Amino acid sequence: MAGATTLRLGAAADFGQTRFEARAATRETPLVKWLILGTALTFFAVFLLMPLIAVFVEALRKGWETYVTALVDPDALSALRLTLIAAAIALPLNLVFGVCAAWAIAKFEFRGKHFLITLIDLPFSVSPVIAGLIYVLVFGAQGWFGPWLAEHDIRIIFAVPGIVLATVFVTFPFIARELIPLMQAQGKEEEEAAVVLGANGLQTFWHVTLPNIKWGLLYGVILTNARAMGEFGAVSVVSGHIRGQTNTLPLHVEILYNEYQFAAAFAVASLLALLALVTLGIKTWIEHRAAAAYRDSQDDAS
Amino acid sequence: MSIQVRNIHKQFGAFTALDDISLDFPTGELVALLGPSGCGKTTLLRIIAGLEQADAGQVLLDGEDASGTHVRDRQVGFVFQHYALFRHMTVFDNVAFGMRMKPRGQRPSEKQIAEKVHELLNLVQLDWLADRFPSQLSGGQRQRIALARALAVEPRVLLLDEPFGALDAKVRKELRRWLRKLHEDLHITSIFVTHDQEEALEVADRVVLMNQGHVEQIGTPEEVYRHPATPFVYGFLGSVNFFHGRVEGEGLRVGGDHLHHGVQGLGQGAEVVAFARPHELDIMVDGDAGDGVAARINRILAFGVTARVELDGINGATGQHFEVELTRERVAQLDLHEGQSVRLLPSRLSLFEQPHAARAAGAAR
Repeated sequence: MAGATTLRLGAAADFGQTRFEARAATRETPLVKWLILGTALTFFAVFLLMPLIAVFVEALRKGWETYVTALVDPDALSALRLTLIAAAIALPLNLVFGVCAAWAIAKFEFRGKHFLITLIDLPFSVSPVIAGLIYVLVFGAQGWFGPWLAEHDIRIIFAVPGIVLATVFVTFPFIARELIPLMQAQGKEEEEAAVVLGANGLQTFWHVTLPNIKWGLLYGVILTNARAMGEFGAVSVVSGHIRGQTNTLPLHVEILYNEYQFAAAFAVASLLALLALVTLGIKTWIEHRAAAAYRDSQDDAS
Repeated sequence: MSIQVRNIHKQFGAFTALDDISLDFPTGELVALLGPSGCGKTTLLRIIAGLEQADAGQVLLDGEDASGTHVRDRQVGFVFQHYALFRHMTVFDNVAFGMRMKPRGQRPSEKQIAEKVHELLNLVQLDWLADRFPSQLSGGQRQRIALARALAVEPRVLLLDEPFGALDAKVRKELRRWLRKLHEDLHITSIFVTHDQEEALEVADRVVLMNQGHVEQIGTPEEVYRHPATPFVYGFLGSVNFFHGRVEGEGLRVGGDHLHHGVQGLGQGAEVVAFARPHELDIMVDGDAGDGVAARINRILAFGVTARVELDGINGATGQHFEVELTRERVAQLDLHEGQSVRLLPSRLSLFEQPHAARAAGAAR
């Protein structure tokens, strides 16, 4: 999964591949070419495109009015608000953590570095349900801190803090994973140059490191955001499904669906899908810009 | 500003990069640290800059111990092999960087900065590139910008780490000359690291030869080239021929052959290695004379001003290759041709006793 989240900078390589295809001597026979293309496109259409279209078709089946009603329902609005709040808290937290972790791993040598890298990957490797369960075990009524929290009247599980915690946990690796290879590839020569020229740590980070990683960082932020808004499993465990209070958009969709309110369920689902499409659009644009920046830096290195 | 290093020791795991190095770099001189890759020269330079920490020993800048001084307060200019220009900044911003990073109290106004940047860009003759980005420049241009950037903070010393290592031969030659001229104008104490002996000999006031974490020899380019102190230096500076032999009477026994040579200070029967540069060997055609080492001509390369003759040893020096440099007239006069058996006669030989020599044999080729 981690591999799927890495920013692709292969615009230069793409160029090489089109040239490879264009030459008669290196071209495959049309049969092979169309077979491979056909398989990929069929798969894409059946498993990705069709469900996406189905969401919108189902959402609008009973007309615009039902669609809009489902969206402006107070419970739906509350779910939307909670989803945005969870994302808005998880994002800056993981931004700070991700940059710090990547900086430490890419630029310094220290004991336990590999352990830290493994630890960062943990949220990718455990099931989201387990992630949610961890917090129930720690903060729940029967958990380690449960009695203490109850005494002080602090609610974490089945409340907004629990949802935020679960969201932070599952989106933990995206930014760090994105930045580590990028920063390792860039090395530390530019930082060294900055320090020799008299810059202090903060100036070096702000004027040299950050501009060099900005596209990778933005890409990580987009991925984190997409996951934060779409997370179901971990959030479901800690949420308690209290309508209007601890329901996020994905949870709200599930409840509506279980209550046979299909049109409403799909309407809310279409909202999530739209958010995803916008995210995808921004992601593509960033990839495009990052590839351009990468090409420049490759020129630089040659 | 003068630089001194005292008993510097540096270890990377089991590998000793620098072993008890002590050196003096006098004010205003341009010194080359020369040696093969892995000899510790770059590590030493980075320790002087403060980018690397020595395990033991001191770096004295102007007589003061700089061990506790942070890199940014050492006032050194550092030029990296791969330029390390800030890729997202224009040439102007790159050069201005050091001045803009100064604490508010010492920072010059933007107007002063602009003046200084243009002055420096004029110095490196690239003022017309001020608005370009590093990726739009050639390698030679980038390195000159990197130098301008290093000079912008008015460093007390200039440290250059293989500054021309990533450039092609022609540009390298051009920049060498230019660096020498720049040094004559500015007279900043400078140290530059290189593995290119020609570069070191051509540019530097003094050359420090390093090998495997040790200093082998220090001297002016002429001294180290004319009078190499160790077999390693002999092998490293320019091409060289060597003969393994034994001291015998007034001369040297090499396998079945004999070389007449004034041997002094070496006991009878001592195992030695004798070195001679290609231009210090002559070829004799009448093969049966009692002097010289027998060899067969393998190839004659006569495309330059001088001709180069490559030979294989046949009698006692079997399996060894020799290289002789002769004038083209001499080649014609001797009527040399490939496959011919001849004798090699050195006009000058430098002898080193064996324990030393064992190390050099590897380095010479």
